[in-house]
Amino acid sequence: MQANTLSGGFTKPAAQSAHAFRRVLEAMARPGTIQDIEGAAPPAPMSPAMGAVLLTLCDTETPVYLAGDMDCEAVRTWLAFHTGAPFVGPAHCMFAVGSWDALAPLAVYPIGTSEYPDRSATLIVERSELSVKGATLTGPGIKGQTTLSVPDVDAFQTNRKLFPLGLDFILTSGARLAALPRSTKVS
Amino acid sequence: MTEYNFAYLDEQTKRMIRRAILKGLAIPGYQVPFASREMPMPYGWGTGGVQVSAAVLTPDDTFKVIDQGADDTTNAVSIRTFFQRTAGVVTTTATRDATVIQTRHRIPEEPLHEGQILVYQVPIPEPLRFLEPRESETRKMHSLEEYGLMHVKLYEDISRHGHIATSYAYPVKVEGRYVMDPSPIPKFDNPKLGDMAAIQLFGAGREQRIYALPPYTQVVSLDFEDHPFEASKANHCCGMCGATDSYLDELIIDDAGGRMFVCSDTDYCEARQAMGHKGKDAA
Repeated sequence: MQANTLSGGFTKPAAQSAHAFRRVLEAMARPGTIQDIEGAAPPAPMSPAMGAVLLTLCDTETPVYLAGDMDCEAVRTWLAFHTGAPFVGPAHCMFAVGSWDALAPLAVYPIGTSEYPDRSATLIVERSELSVKGATLTGPGIKGQTTLSVPDVDAFQTNRKLFPLGLDFILTSGARLAALPRSTKVS
Repeated sequence: MTEYNFAYLDEQTKRMIRRAILKGLAIPGYQVPFASREMPMPYGWGTGGVQVSAAVLTPDDTFKVIDQGADDTTNAVSIRTFFQRTAGVVTTTATRDATVIQTRHRIPEEPLHEGQILVYQVPIPEPLRFLEPRESETRKMHSLEEYGLMHVKLYEDISRHGHIATSYAYPVKVEGRYVMDPSPIPKFDNPKLGDMAAIQLFGAGREQRIYALPPYTQVVSLDFEDHPFEASKANHCCGMCGATDSYLDELIIDDAGGRMFVCSDTDYCEARQAMGHKGKDAA
């Protein structure tokens, strides 16, 4: 276990996190596009894509909530060693990670305040697969419209109604990711 | 190169800036506060843009810097050299070859494409600042979508000058929600802000704000029905390349009132001259 905990991080942190961030940036700027991301080998049940996102964005300043089966000893020690992020409950997190079902209900996460809507949680949702077939997306970052397999259309519509407050989502599966910022309209 | 971390900033600072950029993209036009660092250049020289560039650059990028459209002015040369030394990135002056373009006060003439990122240097990110000096108040105005004061300012322009005299840093409304300062670009460039294929990121170092426009975002310049927004430029053509569609700088060339107009975008102008276009002042 010790060996698992210490390995699986970025071997060249500066270059690898720069590349990983660009994938996340492209995903967040172009909702519905699916990006490849690499460099991390976290313990199960966390996917390499989710591991890479957390290594890129998390440190001691970002409280993380581990939901459902993500909240296991292997993930906790791995994340603690590689990022130093404190673990908290859903109401105080900046990042929440887990499966869609484990992350529910969404009402408990911080959605920001009207003067500081950026002080909201980003949910990183582990999916069994990501596909460009599914719900219709429109909004900033999307030319016309696009489609993406999303977990629950109603939840994203409710989230969109809060704009400019609301939650932002990164969907991960294997070594791929997509993002759904609060600005995206899902139908 | 070995004396510095990749792209100068330490990793924790880059993570903090990266998180701010993602929130900025999720809320287009909203100014995200960030813990701006001291950079090895004075405020006003693009410390905000440099920090954003440092956070997005990868070793594979091709980097271009323009200052008022020009690749060869002091500010552009020093920032380009800075990232050449600290990030080891390839640099270029050709707009179409660049993957990351840092700009001071211009949008290149050549349309940008997907896969490119345009990073703006911003002096005063708050469009309401000269109308309301208190940050606590402007925050409240943004949260309540209370932008009447901005329209009063444009109206006062009309009552005093007969037209909207604001010619640069012309305020825009993003996706029908936030009023945003597009940085001091000439209003000639405003129509390019909306529906752009590239990602646009704005960094204000001294004021500690980052904001963003995702690609294909709706950006509308504020105006009135009877005084519609007009993207204006000097009514001349470029003296060097003869272009009629580019933004022009006016140069005084002697002490007898002689002047010439040239493209402010040096890459655009040089590319046109290389293709054989000639203006009336070309040698």
